[in-house]
Amino acid sequence: MSGTFVGMPVFPTAARAALGDTQLRHNLAHATGVIRAKRAKLVDEVEAAHAAGAPGGWEDLRLAGAAVKQRALDDLAGQLELLEESLTKAGAVVHWARDAAEANAIVARVAKSHGADEVVKVKSMVTQEIGLNEALEAEGIAAWETDLAELIVQLADDLPSHILVPAIHRNRAEVREIFLRRMKDVGRPAPADLTDEPKVLAAAAREHLREKFLRAKVGVSGANFAVAETGTLVVVESEGNGRMCLTLPEVLVSVVGIEKVVPTFAELDPLLRLLPRSSTGERMNPYTSTWSGVTPGDGPQEVHVVLLDNGRTNALADQVGRQALRCIRCSACLNVCPVYERAGGHAYGSVYPGPIGAILNPLLKGTGEKQTDSLPYASSLCGACFEACPVRIDIPEVLVHLRTKVVDGHRGDFPPKAEAVAMKGAAWAFSDASRLGLVEKASGLSGRVLGRLSKSAFPGGRPTAGRLAGPAVAWTGARDLPAPPAESFRQWWARTDGGTRPDSTATPSSTTTEGETR
Amino acid sequence: MRVALMVTCINDAMFPDTGKAVVRLLRRLGVDVEFPASQTCCSQPMVNTGYLDEAVPVVRTFTEAFAGYDAIITPSGSCAGCARHQHGMVAERSGDPALVKAVAETSPKTYELSEFLVDVLGVTDVGAYFPHTVTYHPTCHSLRMLGVGDRPRRLLENVRGLRLRELPAAEQCCGFGGTFAVKNSDTSVAMGSDKARHVRETGAEVLVAGDNSCLMHIGGTLSRQQAGVRVMHLAEILASTEDEPAGASTASHEGSAR
Repeated sequence: MSGTFVGMPVFPTAARAALGDTQLRHNLAHATGVIRAKRAKLVDEVEAAHAAGAPGGWEDLRLAGAAVKQRALDDLAGQLELLEESLTKAGAVVHWARDAAEANAIVARVAKSHGADEVVKVKSMVTQEIGLNEALEAEGIAAWETDLAELIVQLADDLPSHILVPAIHRNRAEVREIFLRRMKDVGRPAPADLTDEPKVLAAAAREHLREKFLRAKVGVSGANFAVAETGTLVVVESEGNGRMCLTLPEVLVSVVGIEKVVPTFAELDPLLRLLPRSSTGERMNPYTSTWSGVTPGDGPQEVHVVLLDNGRTNALADQVGRQALRCIRCSACLNVCPVYERAGGHAYGSVYPGPIGAILNPLLKGTGEKQTDSLPYASSLCGACFEACPVRIDIPEVLVHLRTKVVDGHRGDFPPKAEAVAMKGAAWAFSDASRLGLVEKASGLSGRVLGRLSKSAFPGGRPTAGRLAGPAVAWTGARDLPAPPAESFRQWWARTDGGTRPDSTATPSSTTTEGETR
Repeated sequence: MRVALMVTCINDAMFPDTGKAVVRLLRRLGVDVEFPASQTCCSQPMVNTGYLDEAVPVVRTFTEAFAGYDAIITPSGSCAGCARHQHGMVAERSGDPALVKAVAETSPKTYELSEFLVDVLGVTDVGAYFPHTVTYHPTCHSLRMLGVGDRPRRLLENVRGLRLRELPAAEQCCGFGGTFAVKNSDTSVAMGSDKARHVRETGAEVLVAGDNSCLMHIGGTLSRQQAGVRVMHLAEILASTEDEPAGASTASHEGSAR
């Protein structure tokens, strides 16, 4: 994959471009709509079963899942040491990596120690986060993505735009085109008579990948969960291509974020029920692979686990933000997000897009850089993400918290941003009702002027403020704005003693202006 | 019971008719509602943009204005949500234990209008009359932050003459989102245009909601499209009666006669 998120513009700019991509808009609306409906159906099913006597409804399951992850995070150091001990006992080699560079170097070293010039990869978010493919490429090692959608993204030199379905922005005609043009450069070519039928496309991918599975000496994966008690890593997937990578190569290297730890095997239960329902809208995912170190004569005989921080301890140190480390990468928040549905994943400039990306990126990287700082604002705070999150991450709460961090990071700026000046002004007016009264009188006057100048009105007759210039164009460029009323509510209350004195017809109604004559 | 109206800054300055409607409605239901004149804003514009220090004096003003009331009623799910779920965070930021205590008093007493009507007064038929076809948009903060559930619907279903049409994708955000509407105006407009399309699909004459901020966005979009649909706050429909009708297409015109 040679695409890069480095140098991406701030969210509003990137989103503006994405909003004009009709194919993207169409694909996203369709795909997120389908997956939302599938998820909702399964949540209803759990609820119905509970109503019929089954123990625990969906909310109970969410609470259980959140509690498991939280328990691990509350004792992260202890759980990680236990995980290391269990893994070592089971024959795995444990490595610790502070950041992307360290993790990438470890994987490259392992591959080179076996003289490998290629690795096959299980779909994994964390290896994208650390830019492993690019790092390996620089070392002369080719990393082949084997997840169908990741393969599409890689062949097209593209970037993933969704956690679960990274090629959600492509349609099947495009996929056919990509396969026809690019497969031949990196392995078995696509058949010349390739059609855009999903079955045919999948068959071409199968043929293309098979030779890589059979040839590769080294497999690379992430992990959905890492059980401290038993040293068991878990990978959850739909295609079986992941299992190929996990079982066929002689050597397996798994890069695992330290937040993936789960205390006990039994505690996988709520998570394995929550994850497929929340992500693909399935009761159970087709392939769940678990392995604990090395099993003699079965699967990879050399197993490495790279435990990666890369900003996770920063996130853990953030009292409000640390809940984001409960994330199990299901992408339910993306699928319900009205902003994601329209702007798509690339606009977030990270392998973690959508609502979770809007909090995870600033938490992992820290605030203070323009693109990262734009992410917490890429939300209307509608709360749909929190409602859908299977591990109850209060994303809106964290978004607001991170906005505070962004603002606090600019408190010393000179000159201050226009927004900061406006907020100071608002705070001044809102700190004292008499000041607000003055502002409203001025607004009433402006309303009379705007109303008189206005050439348009809302249904019902209230004049619009017209098309304003300056910062107001962000509103009035696409939306009418009512002209302020001549009289504010508090003026009305004072004048009529709360409406108890007759409201003289000689006074203007609040919603029309002086300019309105009859 | 001492009841205060928290009219909200946006209604005070931009949509005073909503405040008047709440007063008329509550009086009709026998509630002697007061308007503490020292009130200003709930602080949400600052909080949700990240300006917590700026929110502190605003929250202090709120707690002072509404101290001693048994119920603080507001015709806004969003502002009620801020008072209930965000004032605590602002008070913590201030480091002032007195403010933390004051917030603990006012926060739980803050009700969104439909909550107060259904839960406190126990009414779903407020004696309203509104002979128009309407559709209802559940605003995000009333739906997901407060959990008002079907309270507004039950109130609307009991309005005589009112024909309620289902809004497709009702639970999806309209795209207002406070400063989001200007900081990310392109995305906001994209969301608003879908909401407006769904509203038009219902064939309703009026779109009703419990937050004028969201209605300003959707209504502004519909108006620019010359869609022929108007927006009204829930309070104005509930205040409407045979004797004092609201929402006929020229109602606000008539009111301005002089």
